[in-house]
Amino acid sequence: MGLERLNSLYREVILDHSDHPHHKHALPDATHKITLKNPTCGDVINLDIDLDDHDKIKDIGFTGDGCTISQSSASMMTDAVMGKSKEQALHMAKTFSDMVMGKKHPQADLDELQDAAILSNVMTFPARIKCATLSWWALQRALLKQPDGNVDSDDSDKGE
Amino acid sequence: MDSTLNKVMNDFPILNQKVNDERLVYLDNAATAQRPNQVIKALTHFYQTDNANVHRGVHTLAERATADYEAARRKVQKFINAPEPEEVIFTKGCTDGLNLVASTYGEANISAGDEIVISIMEHHSNLIPWQQLANRKGATLKYIHLTDDGELDLDEAAQLITDKTKIVAVAHASNVMGTVNPIKQLAKLAHQHGAVFVGDGAQAVPHMAVDVQDLDVDFYAFSGHKMMGPTGIGILYGKRKLLEAMPPYQYGGEMIGFVHEQSSTWAEIPYKFEAGTQNIAGAVGLGAAVDYLTGIGMDAVHEHEQQLVNYLLPKMEAIDGVQVYGPQDPAKHTGVIAFNLENLHPHDVATALDMEGVAVRAGHHCAQPLMAYLGLTATARASFYLYNTQADADRLLVAIQETKEFFNHGSRKTK
Repeated sequence: MGLERLNSLYREVILDHSDHPHHKHALPDATHKITLKNPTCGDVINLDIDLDDHDKIKDIGFTGDGCTISQSSASMMTDAVMGKSKEQALHMAKTFSDMVMGKKHPQADLDELQDAAILSNVMTFPARIKCATLSWWALQRALLKQPDGNVDSDDSDKGE
Repeated sequence: MDSTLNKVMNDFPILNQKVNDERLVYLDNAATAQRPNQVIKALTHFYQTDNANVHRGVHTLAERATADYEAARRKVQKFINAPEPEEVIFTKGCTDGLNLVASTYGEANISAGDEIVISIMEHHSNLIPWQQLANRKGATLKYIHLTDDGELDLDEAAQLITDKTKIVAVAHASNVMGTVNPIKQLAKLAHQHGAVFVGDGAQAVPHMAVDVQDLDVDFYAFSGHKMMGPTGIGILYGKRKLLEAMPPYQYGGEMIGFVHEQSSTWAEIPYKFEAGTQNIAGAVGLGAAVDYLTGIGMDAVHEHEQQLVNYLLPKMEAIDGVQVYGPQDPAKHTGVIAFNLENLHPHDVATALDMEGVAVRAGHHCAQPLMAYLGLTATARASFYLYNTQADADRLLVAIQETKEFFNHGSRKTK
């Protein structure tokens, strides 16, 4: 098969986002903050979200380390939710995690994800789904004021 | 070397398949090895003909199952040259064996102010049990660090191990760095200060001849599944005197002498440490794996892997942008090779290699303190075994080149 299939995962737009991530900076005075880790690979995201008085995302930024997929996903996520209400952002997070698990969603929902919708291809690389969802999980957990933590671990790292 | 090897490969049906349209090249042996037909057949045979619970039946199958189980113990005893079969305890795996020592010997012998010495290259399973024991007891956990070449700093070890040290626990071979540690020397050092030495043999026993008497280790744990046995079975070797003085690990069936309403006495070793129905078929399968390895000879296994490393390592290091961790001298490097490609996350590398049918591991390899010490979040890791060939090494090299090119140019230009 070779690497041709990789083109479906590492699309140009994804590589662009990982090379030049958007909103990759901390917001020291953010109203919502979270640090989430993927214990499988050591990826970590610190997500800062600043909501205004009407629960609208006024600003968002992230820092951390991760693979191409997790970094570009975080970048695309921040683009997509900027200016959205808390409720809208939570709905988008749900759409995204459903999408990468292969569940159907109305086209309008997917359009709302903007560039992030391109990560639907990640579902054909099951080992990489968590890389893509890490930032969206962080978004959801930060908005719900849940504590820092790990994304649900799977068995892929148990073998030393 | 490949003539013998092609024959060996035929014993492993799982290797005869395509993954992503390419012949599978399995290089994740440090995580778990594959099983030869001989092991799979031994498991099937046991379940089809001899299966019963051990030690407590009077019927024929129970006798046969007990004989199979105890025969497996003696095979392992011989394999690691333990003085007596009673010093060979069946466990769930290496992690279980190390936890057993920490929870029994450690619990009984460590007090506030004592010191436990381990190394910074330990797998979490030879780190957390000691860390938590030290925390429970108010003892201090100290780390031996590394030289620039990824070997243990023995000068530091000599400083750290003192009369305050009660336990020294170090991996025989690293699951990341590809180093073999001089545990015989460390055990001697521990003994000079009245401490016991615990060896983590998970990455050593499958790949080299191990003689626990020559090493003079007090405890030595390893897993069956990394040496082509089943999962869920492992071994803890311990010196008789120590094992006899230790309290039990778990309580229940099989490990008792007499049980009264308010008190109990314990069985003799090894049964004192084998509470409940054990992984009998797993032990039988492990015995078959020992037979298989003995048939080939551990020196031959070691020699084969060394030749692969001699061939591969300089070629990997020569690829621009590839960083190989651990000793750069192939003679000092086991078949475990951790590496990174410049500007690429190892997860991306592992996915790309998988598309080429090459199975490697990416992550922190259950050695987060080591990763932090090296200033890394993760690495890719290729790990070889006796059924891997030079052709496999070549496939890895080509796949690394193609991965590099893909991320540097490939998709950019085509889109």
